[in-house]
Amino acid sequence: MILVLILVVPMSGALFLGLWGHKRFASAVNILFSLVTFALTLLLAIRVDTQGPLIALDENLFVDSLSSLFLVITGGVAATTSFFSLRYMTIEGEHGHLTPERTRLYLALYQLFVLTMIVVLASNNLGLLWVALEGATLATVLLVGWTRTPAAIKASWKYFILCGVGIAQALFGTILLYFASEKTLGPGGTALLLTHLLTVKTQLEPTVISLAFVFFVVGYGTKVGLVPLHNWLPDAHAEGPTPISAVLSGLLLNVALYAILRVKILADGALHSPMPSDLLMGFGFVSVLLASISMWKRQDIKRLFAYSSIEHMGLATLAFGIGGPLATFAGLLHMTTHSLVKSAIFFAVGHIVQTSGSQKIPSIREIAARTPGLSRALLTGGLAITGLPPFALFASELLIMAEAIKRIPYAVPFLLLALFITFGVLIFRILEMSGGETATPEISPSRSHSRLTFFPIWIHLGMALLLGTFFPAPLYEIYQKAILSLGVSIGG
Amino acid sequence: MTPSLLHPPTSPLVGFLGSALLLSSFAMLAMRRMGSLVRIFALQGILLTLSTLSVALAAKEPHLFFSALFTLAFKVLLLPFLLFRLLERLHIRGEVEVLLNVPTTMVAGLFVVVFSFALSAPISEMANTVSRGLIGVGLAALLLSFLMMITRRKAVTQVLGFLGMENALFFSAINATYGMPMVVELGVAFDVLVGTFVFGIFFFQIRETFESFDLKHMDNTPTE
Repeated sequence: MILVLILVVPMSGALFLGLWGHKRFASAVNILFSLVTFALTLLLAIRVDTQGPLIALDENLFVDSLSSLFLVITGGVAATTSFFSLRYMTIEGEHGHLTPERTRLYLALYQLFVLTMIVVLASNNLGLLWVALEGATLATVLLVGWTRTPAAIKASWKYFILCGVGIAQALFGTILLYFASEKTLGPGGTALLLTHLLTVKTQLEPTVISLAFVFFVVGYGTKVGLVPLHNWLPDAHAEGPTPISAVLSGLLLNVALYAILRVKILADGALHSPMPSDLLMGFGFVSVLLASISMWKRQDIKRLFAYSSIEHMGLATLAFGIGGPLATFAGLLHMTTHSLVKSAIFFAVGHIVQTSGSQKIPSIREIAARTPGLSRALLTGGLAITGLPPFALFASELLIMAEAIKRIPYAVPFLLLALFITFGVLIFRILEMSGGETATPEISPSRSHSRLTFFPIWIHLGMALLLGTFFPAPLYEIYQKAILSLGVSIGG
Repeated sequence: MTPSLLHPPTSPLVGFLGSALLLSSFAMLAMRRMGSLVRIFALQGILLTLSTLSVALAAKEPHLFFSALFTLAFKVLLLPFLLFRLLERLHIRGEVEVLLNVPTTMVAGLFVVVFSFALSAPISEMANTVSRGLIGVGLAALLLSFLMMITRRKAVTQVLGFLGMENALFFSAINATYGMPMVVELGVAFDVLVGTFVFGIFFFQIRETFESFDLKHMDNTPTE
């Protein structure tokens, strides 16, 4: 019941805002729908935690600890982003960048995007999972080109074509998987259901599954932004409106990686070879290295943080490739905290770009003097994202490195170097923007930012701090259950 | 060279239609005019419908008749109609502009076909459908459409490559497993339909902004 409700709420949100999204109260309604969705994800997670996995709608929906963990992250970040979006859009409106029609499109697509992500996470049918993930691209592609500038249209076209091609590979993977599973499960509906596939995973044909897994990783990996399939990501993040950058980075990448993880359980079961793990480790390693090098010369603040997202998704992918309970835990924790911190950074960046009138780093100066609150938020976010203690990314990166030393010792120096580079570049750029003496003449007067501006940022950073210092025991149990549903045994 | 040919389709008609479909993928690569490209796409839809029908008859799988009917309505009638209307309303008549000339693309295409057959040989080995020899054709058609997207400049051509990819995926699903579960097939078709509309919206935005469909104007837009 609650499982169906969780789909109905964003769906009716999209319908409502599609009809009345141009009204004055629409942004507030968007918040309301997002908050209800968030509350439902929390309730669902509690239900799953106490009563075990839930199945609904003719076995097409299935939620276990792993999916409920990601559902809560998705619901939570989508809700806080709707608060940020209200402030952001109000200021955009004051600058005269908005028409009621565009606001309506924006809000309706926002709810639709949340809906598609929830369907991906709650789907038991790997075919429907594909349909929903492609739906997420379709919902966001118009949002990325929403400002209609030449650069934005170019970015969204690139996003559409690259992700479209990528996801077609994943569909071929799905066909291959169905081909393999149909032999044991029989033709018809059940052969793509995750719950059924898990019971027969050791009987699936290894040759077919290994080919399918490669297609899955290439396909969904395009959406995760794994190097060398990442080309769309920096453009889409830089040119879309900032609330969309926040949810793309914080949520969509996670959801795509979740899809890979689900398939990896099956591949591990069928293959008895390290191929799936090696593939993930390879992609993860290359992503971390290339992203950190690419950050070096970036002059666009949103693009800079987009590359940081590639780096962090690479680290998480690497962690899941290494495998074992510790690395898997680190991977999940890394994804959780990255969502929280990166979206908080984008919230701050969004307002900084609005007050500076440019997203080019050389034209953003003296944030500390003009808007001290935003400067503090950006600096704290920067420290958290580069993995400094006491934030949780420190813990997860430390764990990943510790496990990497056991499995791939030769790669560790490169990884550490990459982390140092990103730390140096990010902190240097942030300090440069906070201070700096070459003030551009046409800086708009510092506007007083209300509590509403800061509350989503500090909630996120506070959560990252909490997870890094004092990890609540009940939460730890949920993570352990999630690790178990990833097919990793904890005892050994 | 191509071990999967050791398993010729039990029905000669199935094999013939499969080869014709592969030929139509090559034809899409060779076309130089926008209008003919859409016509070839419609022709590929017809071949896909007939091939689905022939597999349905040979294997006696009744639900494939629905798939065939659906393909006819969606890929032979609806999508080409939408595409032709789009070309008309946007006054696109011009030539297809290529990054790599047509003969070179064709040779590359040949290698793609050989590679696909080699890759799919072990899968055809395991399949027990009447059309198992054609799994390689599906993969080849997929990669040929992919090749078309890489080597063509104009936005419209890339869309046709995208739709060609979807055709190839559908064809592979039919030949490997007699089609995906109905709910998945409908979902995929829905995505493709929405995607085509989004493409349509895009065309208007691109023309408004760049006054051309040639992607090189977009490439010249500075991003950083």
